[in-house]
Amino acid sequence: MSPNIPAIIVRDLVKTYEVPERDPGLLAAIRSLFRRRVRAIHAVSGVSFTIQPGEVVGFLGPNGAGKTTTLKMLTGLLHPTSGEALVFGYVPARREPDFLRRITLVMGNRNQLQWDLPALDSFELIRAIYRLPPAEFRATRDELIELLDVGDLVRKPVRNLSLGERMKMEIIGALLHRPQALFLDEPTLGLDVTMQRRIRAFVAEYNRRTGATVLLTSHYMADVEALCRRVIVIHHGRVLFDGPLSELVEQFAAYRKLIVTLAESGADLNAFGEVLAQDGLRYTLRVPKAMAPAVTARLLAEAPVADLMVEEPPIDDVIEQVFAVSNPL
Amino acid sequence: MLQLFDFYRAAMKQAILVQFQYRAANYFYMIGMIAEPIIYLAVWSVVAATQGGAVAGYDAGAFAAYYIVWTLVRNMNIVFTPYGWEQRIRSGELSGVLLRPLHPLHYDIAFFAGWKVVVIVLWLPIAAVLAWLFQPTLAPTWLEIAVFAVAIWGAFLIRMMFLWLLGLISFWTTRVAAIYELFFAFELFLSGRIAPLALFPDWVQTLADWLPFRWTFGFPIEALIGQLSLAGLLGGLAMQAFWIGLGLGLVTLVWRSALRRYTAVGG
Repeated sequence: MSPNIPAIIVRDLVKTYEVPERDPGLLAAIRSLFRRRVRAIHAVSGVSFTIQPGEVVGFLGPNGAGKTTTLKMLTGLLHPTSGEALVFGYVPARREPDFLRRITLVMGNRNQLQWDLPALDSFELIRAIYRLPPAEFRATRDELIELLDVGDLVRKPVRNLSLGERMKMEIIGALLHRPQALFLDEPTLGLDVTMQRRIRAFVAEYNRRTGATVLLTSHYMADVEALCRRVIVIHHGRVLFDGPLSELVEQFAAYRKLIVTLAESGADLNAFGEVLAQDGLRYTLRVPKAMAPAVTARLLAEAPVADLMVEEPPIDDVIEQVFAVSNPL
Repeated sequence: MLQLFDFYRAAMKQAILVQFQYRAANYFYMIGMIAEPIIYLAVWSVVAATQGGAVAGYDAGAFAAYYIVWTLVRNMNIVFTPYGWEQRIRSGELSGVLLRPLHPLHYDIAFFAGWKVVVIVLWLPIAAVLAWLFQPTLAPTWLEIAVFAVAIWGAFLIRMMFLWLLGLISFWTTRVAAIYELFFAFELFLSGRIAPLALFPDWVQTLADWLPFRWTFGFPIEALIGQLSLAGLLGGLAMQAFWIGLGLGLVTLVWRSALRRYTAVGG
């Protein structure tokens, strides 16, 4: 695919579910037999974006924002109510075999491995499903085993593996056909920090080696910071932000953190900003973003400062701020 | 085609490996299933004895043959349960299946076919013990053996198609148990499972001829125990081919519609 043609094109994508509802009680139950009441749930309300081949994009939003619904529309699991989605020129909802051979979706509840058998046996079945030439399959399998550092675990029955080990096997299974687009829905959910870090490193390396396009949802901002230069923030089914992660911080971070170490005690720093923490002579202050330069200058002039650092707020706080700004309540 | 064959080989191999993991459980399950035909056998043997030794051409030896072969055919009849579809949809397993570039019917056929290979191997000693206990009258010709060998797979495929069709109802409603039970009740009487169809009134036998059930159960058994003429044997295989074709056509049609519904309402 030419680098000029986007790998993923999404235009005004909408998904509306109709959910039946009724009031509690017997009378309402009888009434619902004759008159069915449905409520429209707008899971995705006109989302648009394009992703270039090889990009790694973070898809962020709180629970129920429409992330998974969008991923499901991009992988052909859901028909959009309206709008358009194209992945490598294919309409995902048509689920053409050639399209399915070029993508993968990794999600928490995807279970493609036989519980009672070693993962190697399941990989063999995946080879047959995707019609992979044996030599190419073995090379990819061994490469993925090495990248994820699973070694002999592939010979243990899946039921005897830990959650993290199983997730790694699922990831290998999902990538054996060398997909060109990876849709990763919370790939590190429930894993310990070491395992999360390893999977992050793996995704980055896979992207580097194969040039695959990656769209990743995660509640762990560490995943996003480590992997994605670009983020798309979605809330109530709409895109709130689409751009570089650094710009998101710049645009939405309402405050800066000043880490001040004093040379001597006695100074009252409450006059400079909100003191979030104090550890001996080390203070953490929060000041509005616009006032940060002036406060820094005042501190240096008026307080016995030994050291001073200006920090961006943690990305989690920024995201929280994005949602707060967009939420009228 | 060659690649599809490769898939069937791999999936059947996987099923055989899984079933061997549970060989003891499989064996106990199969032994537990013997209770039903033995009850039928005991009842019909008594009926035959009170009617001068035979009912509708079946004497004690013929009944024994019928119900011993029954045990294998019953096992060949086990396919993916329609009750399993709700779980497939709810657990998200179906989403994983839909991401594969292969119709999921292939996987179910291949997986259960692999299981059947294990079942046939496990059945042989059970059949030997039952034969020693009940002394069946069984002297099939090579043609009858050949037709039986094909017919048990035909029976498996017909039942696979129709239970898949039943299961697909889950895409429209979750209250499907009553429909399944009605289907199974018809099947019990019209397939030859509860008794050989020759023991039923003519109109029941005629009805059974025009429904799929007989071709999944009574036909393979009758083929092996020598109840059918050459025309009956070949005609039976033709009827099986017809029902497999019809079932496949219906599955293809309903699956398309079920999938549209699934992808429209959520997964």
